[in-house]
Amino acid sequence: MKELMLGNKAVARGLFEAGVCVASSYPGTPSTETTEEAAKFNEIYCEWAPNEKVAMETAFGASRAGRRSFCAMKHVGLNVAADPLFTISYTGVNAGMCILVADDPGMHSSQNEQDSRHYAIAAKIPMLEPSDSQEALDFTKRAYDLSEEFDTPVFVKMCTRVAHSQSIVETGDRTEHEMKPYVKDAAKYVMVPANAKKRHPIVEERTERLVQFAETTDLNRVEKGTDDSVGFITSSTSYQYIKEVYGDKASILKLGLINPLPVKLIKDFAASVRKVVVVEELDPIIETHCRALGINVSGKDVFPMTDEYSQSIIAENMELPKAPSCKPIEGLPGRPPAMCAGCPHRGLFYTLSKNKCRVMGDIGCYTLGATPPLSAIDTTECMGASISSLHGFNKARGEESEKNTVAVIGDSTFMHSGMTGLANIAYNQTNSTVIILDNSITGMTGHQQNPTTGLNLRGDPAGKIDLEALCRAMGINRVRVVDPYNLDATDKAVREELVASEPSVIISRRPCALLKYVKRQPAIRVNPDKCKSCRSCMKMGCPAISFKDGKAQIDATQCVGCKVCAQLCKFGAFETQEGDTVK
Amino acid sequence: MIVGVGGQGSLLASKVLGRAAMDKGYDVKVSEVHGMSQRGGSVVTYVRFGDKVYSPIIDRGGADYIISFELLEAARYTEFLKPGGQIVTSTQQIDPMPVIAGTAKYPEELIEKMTTSGAKVDALDALDIANEAGSSKAANIVLMGRFANYIKEISSDEWLNAVEACVPAKFAQLNRKAFEMGAQAR
Repeated sequence: MKELMLGNKAVARGLFEAGVCVASSYPGTPSTETTEEAAKFNEIYCEWAPNEKVAMETAFGASRAGRRSFCAMKHVGLNVAADPLFTISYTGVNAGMCILVADDPGMHSSQNEQDSRHYAIAAKIPMLEPSDSQEALDFTKRAYDLSEEFDTPVFVKMCTRVAHSQSIVETGDRTEHEMKPYVKDAAKYVMVPANAKKRHPIVEERTERLVQFAETTDLNRVEKGTDDSVGFITSSTSYQYIKEVYGDKASILKLGLINPLPVKLIKDFAASVRKVVVVEELDPIIETHCRALGINVSGKDVFPMTDEYSQSIIAENMELPKAPSCKPIEGLPGRPPAMCAGCPHRGLFYTLSKNKCRVMGDIGCYTLGATPPLSAIDTTECMGASISSLHGFNKARGEESEKNTVAVIGDSTFMHSGMTGLANIAYNQTNSTVIILDNSITGMTGHQQNPTTGLNLRGDPAGKIDLEALCRAMGINRVRVVDPYNLDATDKAVREELVASEPSVIISRRPCALLKYVKRQPAIRVNPDKCKSCRSCMKMGCPAISFKDGKAQIDATQCVGCKVCAQLCKFGAFETQEGDTVK
Repeated sequence: MIVGVGGQGSLLASKVLGRAAMDKGYDVKVSEVHGMSQRGGSVVTYVRFGDKVYSPIIDRGGADYIISFELLEAARYTEFLKPGGQIVTSTQQIDPMPVIAGTAKYPEELIEKMTTSGAKVDALDALDIANEAGSSKAANIVLMGRFANYIKEISSDEWLNAVEACVPAKFAQLNRKAFEMGAQAR
């Protein structure tokens, strides 16, 4: 059947067709939908793990047990999972195992632009790179055959434009695979030095066989052009951009297997054209390989190391004429993303901003607390860094810092890698104040469940971790819960915990306003006769409030009736639709 | 290009367009943005169809049409149009955060500015029409109805089939009405 399908959904279809039985992932844009879509097939057990390391180890456990397995993560998630990665390369698999990693060139929704191909090289694991949805489906299936043939986990590497583009795919049927027997095999699976020493040469020999495979596999293909003046070596979406510009004119070596890279295939291709240009987003990995082979190629001398590419980037850098366009309209205000109307994080960030706190931030919707007008966040690096870096900050600066510096971290991020930072605070004792922004969901990636929500990936009842009990069990005596819609209570909690003489955790708890089960309250409005135009309510940066004709005004289609703005009004100008004053 | 503010419903619009084009036998690619930028930010979806489509994205000077849910966003992406390209936009205005925060003003005379920059502009109050059709949520389908007037290769029956294939059955009638009202709006 032909279907217009999202790249990530095509991966899920590939998992289904390949007979995969177990998938464990942590959500991360642009990888999330692979696992969500896989969960729509009853044949595949799917779960959200607390983090990528756990997900990879779970998938590996399933593979070792004899079932084809899968885990997915975004590029930075692979950093978290790097520990098992490098060693399961040594052990190899039992049933096939595929690791999906999705890069985000252009950083549409990421904190850095790292190139995951380095991991494939460093961990000596084969990596397939599809360039559209059909290849996403086909390569995912191929990954399992390769995994079992070469006894290795196999990467499928996506990027935003493949993961989040739809193109037409032809689907097939599922092939079931018998569960493979599990045989205890210490020499293969117990990676103590004596055994690992024997496994490493096996990995090197495997790579040699994979290079031979790369020479002839149809995952790599040469498209002979009508003009031999220039030939491109490329992969992923860069291939699509080149085809868009050159059509069938230029010769292209399109690489689907990007680790390991072939040698003879590349040499022969280079010899068939007068000039070779390597086009790859981010780092010069294919280019470096070509140069090591002594092939004179052009690459990052012409194309940028940063951001994603496009057809016009290809054209411009190949010195082809630019497409004419309508003139840009100057002086337009930007529209940066913002916390939603009714977002429970807003009240907390308002409080931190008002108290001039230093705020160690983390990864999630609440990173938007860094944006004006609240501008409340000082730092953002990676999952969990808020808590551990707060401890370091406080160790360095002492009491002065402990009295006005906090960490903010979401419920899901806390479970992902915040707990270990809190363990360090409890153990090595700083009077740190950690605020867990518990909105009862993994928000930014589009509402995934996590170990604190009591529901599993499919929305069915599951185990539920009690955050208060957990923090107390970890040795934090001062644990309190506050509703961020109540500004006075939030202010009181923050002030008291900052001056407390021992570590504390504030759980700022209120479910995400976009959750389906959260009942939207009726919109409130501003009485223009009572509004004194002081703009106090505008300090919240709520997208539902604007200033029109000298008065604050509420957009009733956006307002969810959280009434946080009303708490800032000294003049009682906010009222219900019936005209009752809201305080 | 389908542009607007995160949460306005551009996903359904691109689904309808992609579906109509695929059913017509065209090769189709649709590129979306997920994650961070969806949170009330400026969002853009690229839809490309033709005999063979390679790139899933549209660059400056690459768009034949812009369908916009919001006036400022139509202006922001005007430079992506080919000279003389067509904009179909709702006249709805949503203040972005710099305007809310008081550091910028919502620009005036945007339709004139788009015309001056070389675009043809077809503006309608899609929200108002959608409300008249029965739900403000159908503004996206109102705009698709309007846009359908420009794509002669796809008949109105084919468009309506695509709409019905993309919305829940219980909303089919409402969306059909919204589509037709968009197509016929003055």
